[in-house]
Amino acid sequence: MTEQSYNFAYLDEQTKRMIRRAILKGLAIPGYQVPFASREMPTPYGWGTGGVQVSAATLTPDDTFKVIDQGADDTTNAVSIRRFFERTAGVAVTTKTSEATVIQTRHRIPEEPLTEGQILVYQVPIPEPLRFLEPRETETRKMHALEEYGLMHVKLYEDIARHGHIATSYAYPVKVEERYVMDPSPIPKFDNPKLEMAAIQLFGAGREQRIYAIPPYTGIVSLDFEDHPFEPTKADHPCGLCGAADSYLDEVITDDAGGRMFVCSDTDYCESRRAQGHRGKDAA
Amino acid sequence: MDTIALEGGFTDTPRTASHAFRAVMTAMAHPGRIVEITGAAPPAPLSVAAGTVILTLCDPETPVHLAGACNAAEVRDWIAFHSGAPMAEPGRAMFALGAWDAHDLTAYPVGTSEYPDRSVTVIVEMPDLRSDGARLTGPGIKDTAFLSLPDLDVFRDNAARFPLGLDFLFTCGSRLAALPRTTRVE
Amino acid sequence: MYVAVKGGERAIDAAHQWLAEERRGDTDVPEMSVAQIREQMRLAVNRVMAEGSLYDPDLAALAIKQARGDLIEAIFLIRAYRTTLPRFGASRPVDTDAMAVERRVSATFKDLPGGQILGPTFDYTHRLLDFKLAAEGEAPVAGRADTGVGHVPHVTGFLNREGLIEEQPSSDDTPPDLTREPLELPANRALRLQALTRADEGFTLGLAYSTQRGYARNHAFVGELRIGAVEVEMDIPELGFAISIGEVTLTECETVNQFKGSKTEPPQFTRGYGLVFGQTERKAISMALVDRALRWEELGEDNVGAPAQDAEFVLYHSDNIQATGFLEHIKLPHYVDFQSELELVRKLRRSAGAQDLQEAAE
Repeated sequence: MTEQSYNFAYLDEQTKRMIRRAILKGLAIPGYQVPFASREMPTPYGWGTGGVQVSAATLTPDDTFKVIDQGADDTTNAVSIRRFFERTAGVAVTTKTSEATVIQTRHRIPEEPLTEGQILVYQVPIPEPLRFLEPRETETRKMHALEEYGLMHVKLYEDIARHGHIATSYAYPVKVEERYVMDPSPIPKFDNPKLEMAAIQLFGAGREQRIYAIPPYTGIVSLDFEDHPFEPTKADHPCGLCGAADSYLDEVITDDAGGRMFVCSDTDYCESRRAQGHRGKDAA
Repeated sequence: MDTIALEGGFTDTPRTASHAFRAVMTAMAHPGRIVEITGAAPPAPLSVAAGTVILTLCDPETPVHLAGACNAAEVRDWIAFHSGAPMAEPGRAMFALGAWDAHDLTAYPVGTSEYPDRSVTVIVEMPDLRSDGARLTGPGIKDTAFLSLPDLDVFRDNAARFPLGLDFLFTCGSRLAALPRTTRVE
Repeated sequence: MYVAVKGGERAIDAAHQWLAEERRGDTDVPEMSVAQIREQMRLAVNRVMAEGSLYDPDLAALAIKQARGDLIEAIFLIRAYRTTLPRFGASRPVDTDAMAVERRVSATFKDLPGGQILGPTFDYTHRLLDFKLAAEGEAPVAGRADTGVGHVPHVTGFLNREGLIEEQPSSDDTPPDLTREPLELPANRALRLQALTRADEGFTLGLAYSTQRGYARNHAFVGELRIGAVEVEMDIPELGFAISIGEVTLTECETVNQFKGSKTEPPQFTRGYGLVFGQTERKAISMALVDRALRWEELGEDNVGAPAQDAEFVLYHSDNIQATGFLEHIKLPHYVDFQSELELVRKLRRSAGAQDLQEAAE
């Protein structure tokens, strides 16, 4: 049921046009952060206002929409965002990755490979990969302009010197088409290899007023060193419910005596596998 | 302003614009792919595709440059009435619209090193648009794509100055294809 | 047996119902009306209008009621509503010389044309809890004198006549709009003032206070603080002239600050400026001090590295809706990121442990 008092997908048309122009420039300059006049949304900054604005500018009435947070469709903020677009855009919703045409996500890329025609919209807290090395926007903008990424390599190398490993486990920086260093949003580095995909990827940072994008089949390289190559890692267990050995896992504390189990973070992936008869060691 | 200017806008703007945008986005994300785009009925010589792009993306915040035969009173009135976009000289435009020969590409902003997005999106009205001719590779293209481009060197030079550059939308009737600055042309 | 958590939707509905019940509180106590908040919590209403960037006392009062008195939450409600409003145009600059002043004080002159008008201020109240207010039914009436309201000239105008204060030429340039364009640096003064007038009162106060204590001290005197209603006029193209579309109450603060002079300019005073919706004195004075501190570059002063001099720092962190959103979002689920950190720390500890063993063996 669409609420009649608001425009289709909540935002007014002028705002959508402004966001749409930013998305197109983002696709034309993969990995470059396009400034946009983010609006004040009815949900708080930090709850996905950037992703919501990008979804609002992208959705058509014919879309099937899926929202995940931490890989799950049923986390409260995913529920809240899905409901927002059910009410304001009247779109069909789904939890099935393969049925969705637009997927809004926070912190994960679905396990099931996305296909051409699908759109993945990321919620981004801090779009600037260099921000924690240089807090000033005026400086980081220059660094991107000059392709001056030495500071990032120094940081990663200092990790190796101190810990023997690169100590970044999520929001792991990537280089897009050999030009822009980009923050893939706080996805675990396990998901980084999936950034090369057939779907369109759009990134929205509301509070920081930036949109960026990756077209399908774009070259994405996680930053690393020859002697310390990038490693996508996860907990070294199969899923306790579906037995999957290839999915990113949540660690769940089951009692106060050290009991724990590992389950797929992607709830749709896990459920689909169980529906196909796969069982893990902790499954009933 | 005659009545032509008042007609041919979107009938249901939010929904028509959403479909039209998705067509443009699909084209921009898949350089060389030809998509259908409809919604507007602009006055001649504008194509349906070019008119729809203008109404989908342009408004009072986006100066538009009309080149050559497109710079006609009916077109100016139609764009002004339906989008509110101001007309601009090539150097101040965000969108430029015209036939291939009418564009003076050297006059269009290509962005700055800090803001490469501040470049013109060039809409080229084409007599014909086919998936053959120039071989395209780059982001958005799985292996290769082909598009009947009006030139090769211009697009090679455009790609060579990445991340600066122009982004192109080719329109013909109700069909559209895109060529962003990232696409390599041969 | 572990079962994946379900029922987010039910939890949200239940939480909202509980919130509504808590908002109402004990039903033996009469419900508060929006009009009561508007009239009796007026300074809270003013703050919500100022930081919400929307002058509407009724909506601000409603927002305060809905937010259970959490003013930042109320400001958020107003901001989210404000973005959905269509824009019909821009007003003419308001003329604060023509303000119907309720309060007007100058710290720099004992007396001056237009007079000192104390107005409804807490300044000389003794902060003793007034237990009479705990009883209901009181409706005090203040005596009224004819203050001869009319054109009240600005103190800075007197100084200007002698050339003792920097000129501030008026400009017809359209100022940038922070709510319609992404913030870009360097920001001009108009944009900085726009950010400051809707900035969080506490943040602005803290920065202003830091300048007084020596972090870019700018020796501010309150040249004038005035509060009152001004008319808002708008040009109507169809009519060919401007009409009044209403009035708003504003607080304006002009500080007079010291300046040593330079090679090209003789010693003269400089200005800081604050203009805020409603009676919002603390905010307007703070704004003027921070405005003045941010002007170090154009006035040829040294950057001493003080927070209040750093436009990027001030502008990116002054908005309480941005700040509270990002701050509070860390309570949302982050278990995917945390898991990746957990794995990393375990791995680093394993490597370190292996190394220790090896070293022990050697």
